[in-house]
Amino acid sequence: MSESISIEDIVAGARLLAFGLRPKQVPSRDLDYAGLVKRAVEDDAFRELTDAIAEGLGLTVLAVSARTGMVLGPAEESVFEQRFDDYARRAMTGERRDLERVLHGVAHIAVAALAFPRPDDLASETYVGRVSVEQVDTVVREACLMLATRAAEAEEAGDPLDDAPELERVWRVYSRRPEAMRTKDGRLSPSTTRGIISKALKFLAEQGFLARMSDADGGTYRTTPRYQVQVRELAAGRAFAELLALQVITVTDPSGSLHIVPAGDGRSGDV
Amino acid sequence: MLHIVIGAIFSSNVGGAGYLRDMTSADGSGVITLHDEGLARRLKALACTAPLHDLDARKVRLEWCNGGAYQMAEIALQAIDQVTIAMDFDRGAGHDDVVKRLLPFVAAQAPDREGGEHAQVAQWVLDNLINVGSTDRGFRVLYGTFGRTGEYERRVWDFRLLVELVSADGEIYLRASDEAINVLVGALDTDVESAQIAAEVKLENLIKRGRLSDAQVAAQQARYRTVQYAETLRRKLEATRRDVRSVDWEEEVPDLINDALVHIEDRYRYENAILTNITQTRDEAEDPARKLKAAELVEIVADCIRRHTQLQARLQQAGSTFRFEQDRQQFSGHARRAVVDLFGHLLAPTLDLTVAQAARPVAAFFGGAAGLTPPRLPRLTHLIEQLLKSPQDKNHLLGEVPEPELAPLPDPEVFTDEQWHRATELLELHEVPRRLSGLLADARLLDPDLPWLVALLALHAVSPEIGVTLRHGNDQVLLAVDDGTPLHDPEFGGSDLLVGVARLGAAEPGGLAADDALRGEAVA
Repeated sequence: MSESISIEDIVAGARLLAFGLRPKQVPSRDLDYAGLVKRAVEDDAFRELTDAIAEGLGLTVLAVSARTGMVLGPAEESVFEQRFDDYARRAMTGERRDLERVLHGVAHIAVAALAFPRPDDLASETYVGRVSVEQVDTVVREACLMLATRAAEAEEAGDPLDDAPELERVWRVYSRRPEAMRTKDGRLSPSTTRGIISKALKFLAEQGFLARMSDADGGTYRTTPRYQVQVRELAAGRAFAELLALQVITVTDPSGSLHIVPAGDGRSGDV
Repeated sequence: MLHIVIGAIFSSNVGGAGYLRDMTSADGSGVITLHDEGLARRLKALACTAPLHDLDARKVRLEWCNGGAYQMAEIALQAIDQVTIAMDFDRGAGHDDVVKRLLPFVAAQAPDREGGEHAQVAQWVLDNLINVGSTDRGFRVLYGTFGRTGEYERRVWDFRLLVELVSADGEIYLRASDEAINVLVGALDTDVESAQIAAEVKLENLIKRGRLSDAQVAAQQARYRTVQYAETLRRKLEATRRDVRSVDWEEEVPDLINDALVHIEDRYRYENAILTNITQTRDEAEDPARKLKAAELVEIVADCIRRHTQLQARLQQAGSTFRFEQDRQQFSGHARRAVVDLFGHLLAPTLDLTVAQAARPVAAFFGGAAGLTPPRLPRLTHLIEQLLKSPQDKNHLLGEVPEPELAPLPDPEVFTDEQWHRATELLELHEVPRRLSGLLADARLLDPDLPWLVALLALHAVSPEIGVTLRHGNDQVLLAVDDGTPLHDPEFGGSDLLVGVARLGAAEPGGLAADDALRGEAVA
């Protein structure tokens, strides 16, 4: 514990953040990194200092531990934020942008949902998830089918209105999109659902959130501890807040299906 | 997957009373009864056949062949047949297989055409049934209904005939959609189970009465029913196998499996009885045609039995898959803290939102889950290297880009637009035909290269494409006739052709007859 903040401490804190900005670097492979992580876990003042630098830069420290390394999340509107528009950009013209965006977004939620199928999996520090393109696509299609059945039972007005395409339900858009197409050069067609999911998985692997295991089922990946932290501490909460604002979530379990993770708890990892 | 919804809507309508509403007509003289869902249902059924009619409507406009000789709708139905027959639990038919199987049928329609053209026609029909080129690879129709408050609203219905899917080994294959199977068997909106029983009763009666050709039709129908039934079960089984929590294993699924097993048992006994019966017919028949028919029937029924066996094997596996999954999930430890249930709380609600509503939640999730992009700053020391680097392939997230096969550039135009324009002006001959020699001399005065173009155009006019001209709606064509006069020209030799404009008066729109007649005249 240091009484006053020295310039060296600030440099060390910033260096730890710099390590966090390189997603594929892990403490177990870098002595310097491991030392800084150890210090952040043990020294509360150093940890506070690091958090403060991060906040100033537009970052949130999601976790620091030997297992996960430094996991950072972008604050909203931060320079470090991945822009969804850039990601979902497509070369093809004449397609509806809103549909493409939603499909790409759904793919990301589905990948997370399949990587951590039960709430326990997301909470358990040692859980390693496995996802494949085929698995994600099949499960989303099943979910669509479930919703379709439910809509049919509720005798909802069936097909979407011609003059209000934006009011079409997402599950209809997804079900309608083919899972595969035969292309001239045998590559995966980017506009199919498998193409969209495959892109999401490859992208997450590049970000150090997934590791490719094999080509089976269109590409099989396992999760890294960083991904679990990222989804649990940031993504799920943000999306959940948006859904709450739309008032589409009803908590049915008497004990509540959702508990807010205490801030301190989320940050401390096992060393 | 959309068809499921529709099926469910249909069945709910079948079960309940028809949805009737009375409406006073505009002049108040009478009452119009609107049978809402029945109308929508018929419109959808009608729409399913539209892609087939469309094939025949468009065949005459094909650039690469005269499509009039082919019955495209028939080929399309054959294609759907082939895909349906090839469908089983894991696979369907590959594109190339379907084309190959279609070939004999296409060839039978136009035996004088080349094999290459037959394959092209088969491929064209198949591509159109898949609707290659559209993002969703499907068809879309508009239909009108009356909303709850009585106003007229237009809705869109999307459907597919052939669906492309990926097998476990990464191959792409085709399956026929429910809509396609319904179009094919011509029985829209029927209950799978009852239709199957009906088809089999019919089959048994027909065999007893010895009408084998009718029996064959019934047997084929029974097989389509079997495939359809298996397809329904396959989807349900998949859902059970994948996600234990999302399925009611206490009552719903065991009931489903039991029903299916009972069904299979019945069918198995039944079909075996039929099989014995027709095998006997086959062996005892003396007329070779009858023997052949019976033999085909034996094959079809045997195929049905094989499919039932396959279905049964799948049903039995489902139980153990469930137990395995349950064990795995039960013994994987306790939750340390409760967090969001990603599937139940995020994915499912998001899928149920409208496209407009979903935009914000999905963007929020992406923003959180996608990680960081550290802004990249160029460094002076790396500048040269970066500038020299080959551009990054933007499609790097979609697998290897194969080396493209390069074709040489097309030859540059020999004649300029100006020359074409002048040549066309020269050849605008009204009523009186001219000698080629005169035209060449005129052309030479305008431009030293122009005679070449004029000579080529005149040569082309010896046998003009009258069919194409008619199709483009022109009523006159440039015609050159050789009357035996030799050509005297410094650059060219041969016959001094008579070049004139022929008017295509009351020619048939088909073009072929006019083409032949005119060509005949030209030769004469």
